[in-house]
Amino acid sequence: MPASDSINSPVVEVRNLTKRFQGFTAVDNISFDIKKGEILGLLGPNGAGKTTTIHMLLGLITPTVGTIHMFGLDLATHRETILKQVNFSSTYISMPFSLTVEENLKVIARLYELKHIQQRIDDIVKKLEMEDIRHRLTRKLSSGQMSRLTLAKAIMTEPKVLFLDEPTASLDPDIVNKIKSFLKEYQRSEGLSILYTSHNMREMEEMSDRIIFLQRGKIVAEGTASEIIQRYAQRDLEEVFLKLAREQNGP
Amino acid sequence: MSLGRILALLSRHMYLYKRSFARLLEIFYWPFLDLVVWGFITIYLEKVGMSLHGALSFFLGALILWDVLFRAQQGIAVSFLEEMWARNLMNLFASPLTVGEYLVATMTMSVLKVTAVGGLMMLFAWVFYSYDILQMGFSLLPFVLNLVVSGWIIGVLTTSIIMRFGQQAEVLAWGMVFLFQPISCVFYPIEVLPPVLQSIAWMVPPAHIFEGMRAVLTTGSAPVTHLLWATGLNCGFLVIIVAWFYHTFSICKERGMLVRVGE
Repeated sequence: MPASDSINSPVVEVRNLTKRFQGFTAVDNISFDIKKGEILGLLGPNGAGKTTTIHMLLGLITPTVGTIHMFGLDLATHRETILKQVNFSSTYISMPFSLTVEENLKVIARLYELKHIQQRIDDIVKKLEMEDIRHRLTRKLSSGQMSRLTLAKAIMTEPKVLFLDEPTASLDPDIVNKIKSFLKEYQRSEGLSILYTSHNMREMEEMSDRIIFLQRGKIVAEGTASEIIQRYAQRDLEEVFLKLAREQNGP
Repeated sequence: MSLGRILALLSRHMYLYKRSFARLLEIFYWPFLDLVVWGFITIYLEKVGMSLHGALSFFLGALILWDVLFRAQQGIAVSFLEEMWARNLMNLFASPLTVGEYLVATMTMSVLKVTAVGGLMMLFAWVFYSYDILQMGFSLLPFVLNLVVSGWIIGVLTTSIIMRFGQQAEVLAWGMVFLFQPISCVFYPIEVLPPVLQSIAWMVPPAHIFEGMRAVLTTGSAPVTHLLWATGLNCGFLVIIVAWFYHTFSICKERGMLVRVGE
C-alpha cells in the first residue's frame, strides 16, 4: 500500500468527546483522528485530560458526550472486537507482583487469545532485552524493568493501535533510546498507529508525526511540532509547553 | 463468551496460589483450626451427656457446609481484591475480557477453592473424629451445589460493593458472609429464631439448605421442599445480583472509579 494511502485512512476517530465528573470537566468537546501508521502526540500539563482521554479510548471510562470509533466501529457497541486490536502501556499501571515476568506475559497472551504464545514471548523478551529478568518475580523488578514489562505486554499482542501514557518515564537514557528506536521501527514495519503522551518535549518532537496540545480538557493547538512552535512564536516545544501550562495554572 | 479468556484468568490465579504460601495457608489453616475447635466442642457435648442426637454430624457436618458457603463467597471477592492489590484491573478490563467472562472465571475459581477446602475438611474430619460426611449419601449433593451458588451470590454482592467503595470496603471480603450466618441457621434449627427473624431466614437460601441437611441427618432422606425453595431463591437472587454487578460496573465506568479502585 502506498505511504500516502496508509497515512490518509483514520483508524481512530474521536468526535466531540467530553467527560464531566460531578461538575468538573476533565475533557471538553475534543475531536481528533489518528491515521494508519501515524504517531499522534498528546501533550499538556498535569490535569489537562490526557490520561482521561486514553482511559475513554480504552473503554475504561464512559464518555459523558461524544463518540469513539476505531477501525470504523463504535467502541460503545463493538468493545470486544476493537480491544483485540488495541493495547496500552503506562507508567501508572502494574502487573501482578507474585507472578514472574514470563507468567504475566503468558496470562496476557491467553487473554488476547494469541497463537504461538511461547514464540511470541521469546521474541518480545529478546527485542526488549528482558532475557535476564524473564523468570524474575514482578515484585522484584525496578521501575524501569516494570515499564519494559508493561511495554512488552502491549507490543506482544501485535496491536494495530497502541496507547502509550508516558512509556519512558523512569527509564535510564540508554533504555529510553532503545525503546524509542524499537517503537519507531516497529511502528514503521507494522503500520502501527500510536497515541503518545510524554512530559519529555524533545522525545515528543522526535516521536510524533503530529501533536495535540490539551489545556483544561480542550484542544488549544494541533499540528506538527514545528507548526505549533511557529504559531506560538517560541524557540521550541518546551517553551510552548511552559507558556500554555502557565496559562492553565495561573501566574 | 470465550473459554480461552476465562482460562487465562484462571491461570493467573493458579500461578499466584502455586507460589504464595500465605494463600495456601488460607485454604488449609483456618478450616483445619475450625474443625479442631468444633470437633472438641462436639466431643465435650457428647461426654457431658447432652441429649443431642448425632451431635458429631450436626456440628461437623454444619461446619463443613458452612465452609463451602464461606469459601465460595471468598473465591469471588478475594479474586477481585487480588486484582485490585496488584493494580491489574486496567490490564483486564482494557483487554477483550468481558464482565460475563470475568464473573464466570471467578465463579470457577470459587468452585476450585471449595473443592480444595471441602475435600481437606472431609479428610481431617474422617482422620481425627472418624466422621464421614459422605455417609449422608448423595442426597446431600444438591444442597452442596446450592450452597456454592449462595456463596457466589454473596461474593458478587461483596465484589460490587468493593468496586463501588474501593479499599475501605475490602474487609467485607471476609466479613460479609458472617452477616448471613445468624439467619442461615448453620448450627441450630430455624425455630430457635424469634418469629420476625424466622420470616427473614425463610427468604435466605442457606437457611433452607442447613434445615435440609438436618432433615437428611434425622430422617435419612432429602426434604424436597427445602431443596426447591433453596434452588428457586438462589436462581432469583443470582439473576438479580449479576444484573446488579453489571449496573455497578457501568456506574464505576461512568464515574471513572474502575481506574482508581485500588488507590
